[in-house]
Amino acid sequence: MHYDIEINNLSFNYEGTDVLEGINLRYAKEEFLAIIGPNGGGKSTLLKLMIGLLEPSCGEVLLFGQKPLHVSSQIAYVPQDTMANKDFPISVLDVVLMGRLSPKSTGRYSKEDKQIARSMLAHVGMSDFETHKIHALSGGQRQRVFIARALACEAKIIFLDEPTASIDTAGQIAVFELLKELNRTIGIVLISHDVNVALNYATKVAHVNKTLYMHDVPSAHDFKLFQNQKAHVCDIELISATRCNHLHPKQNL
Amino acid sequence: MSDILHFEFMQYALYASLIVSFICGIIGTLIVINRMVFIAGGIAHGSYGGIGLALFLGISPLLGASLFALGLGGIMAYLTHRNNTRLDSLIGVLWAFGMAFGIIMTDLTPGYNVDLMSYLFGAILSVSLEDLYGMGSILALVLVFVLVFYRQLIAMSFDAKFAKLRGVNTELLYTLLILIVALGVVMSIRAVGLILVIALLTIPPYIAEKFTASIAGMMTLSSFLALVFCGIGLLLSYHFNLSAGASIILVATSAFLLQLPFKKR
Repeated sequence: MHYDIEINNLSFNYEGTDVLEGINLRYAKEEFLAIIGPNGGGKSTLLKLMIGLLEPSCGEVLLFGQKPLHVSSQIAYVPQDTMANKDFPISVLDVVLMGRLSPKSTGRYSKEDKQIARSMLAHVGMSDFETHKIHALSGGQRQRVFIARALACEAKIIFLDEPTASIDTAGQIAVFELLKELNRTIGIVLISHDVNVALNYATKVAHVNKTLYMHDVPSAHDFKLFQNQKAHVCDIELISATRCNHLHPKQNL
Repeated sequence: MSDILHFEFMQYALYASLIVSFICGIIGTLIVINRMVFIAGGIAHGSYGGIGLALFLGISPLLGASLFALGLGGIMAYLTHRNNTRLDSLIGVLWAFGMAFGIIMTDLTPGYNVDLMSYLFGAILSVSLEDLYGMGSILALVLVFVLVFYRQLIAMSFDAKFAKLRGVNTELLYTLLILIVALGVVMSIRAVGLILVIALLTIPPYIAEKFTASIAGMMTLSSFLALVFCGIGLLLSYHFNLSAGASIILVATSAFLLQLPFKKR
């Protein structure tokens, strides 16, 4: 089996505190991986380690078999939308064009870059907004633009940190439908605070709380079994109930 | 109006305003979008240490201030990369140290009593041709820097993590930005003083941000606003015999108050 991300026995500590411990993970880009877990459990840290924004204290992360920062041109990152710099004067198209940056490029963006940026905006259904200021958009629209920017990188895997944290329910569904469609050709790895999302869209779920447990998401068939019996089951119980074997993380490969 | 321009010092003052307006409009925009106003303030005030040291050693004050400002900028860039959580306090220390060091150095310089006020509020009416050349070359440097790294600067300012993953060396670019800011600030101090520099670096970009949709537009409008403030300030100072630097600041702050009711575009 070929894997695009391999994490081997990774630990990370920050100022003397163990944030992550004994993490092992295998991921192939055909999967839709959702990272769930409690606040402060290390979800964001794990994502940053995967893409090389942080270095593991011990163990290793291999992205396409190499160190993450060496292959960062092949991945794209959608950071959490914090609205930290909310007065920044920039148009939607210029935000998407950032995805066309490369280490050697200087000066202006080429015609081809603009063409690609426009087609990615069309892909996420935001063509009509290309001249709008980014912060005049709603949370859901802004997130679509950030996904278009990631797509403009022409990456093999897109990593998203809580892509729907500040979006209403309808907007959330739209974003996840889009991601699911994208997953037909590119890998999706995202952090979610919402277990429902993990169940409805992800094919694999990683539960992170200092250590990591992998779960396969039960198929629709498994759900039916419960529905027919009119049994009441919470979503979180579902992932645990079906095919879940909480092995020790080191054996759980 | 035309009678003012008969005086050579007035022509020089206008040229200096023009150059300083563009320097401040461009780097001021970068300072505002990167939330570096405190760093710029620290460098501006701290560079007074370089002026005092230059007077003591008998070298050109502009050279002394430039080197000192580059040193301070380098330290601040290093502290920023170390992710120091008390960065603002450390900048405050450098800020105060530079000023105090400069004053002690001028105290120790025999027979030379430098006018501190001319560095605080500038001496735009006594700008020399040599000063204009110095300011002009720094403006050229700023323009080259921004034209070459425009995309990278915007990406870093908007979202440094994303920029880093796109292969932008954000640590190096941020350090270069601080050093360019340091040089721009020092060149402007000669003309408009270190207090006015902060006003010209922040007020025009703050106003421009409201009415523009791109960074290039923000830089252009900021430069234009800075020029208008300087022009009106100089006219007022000439006609009513007021301090030039302080007049420019009051024009800029009045404009700031007047634009407050306008909503963002």
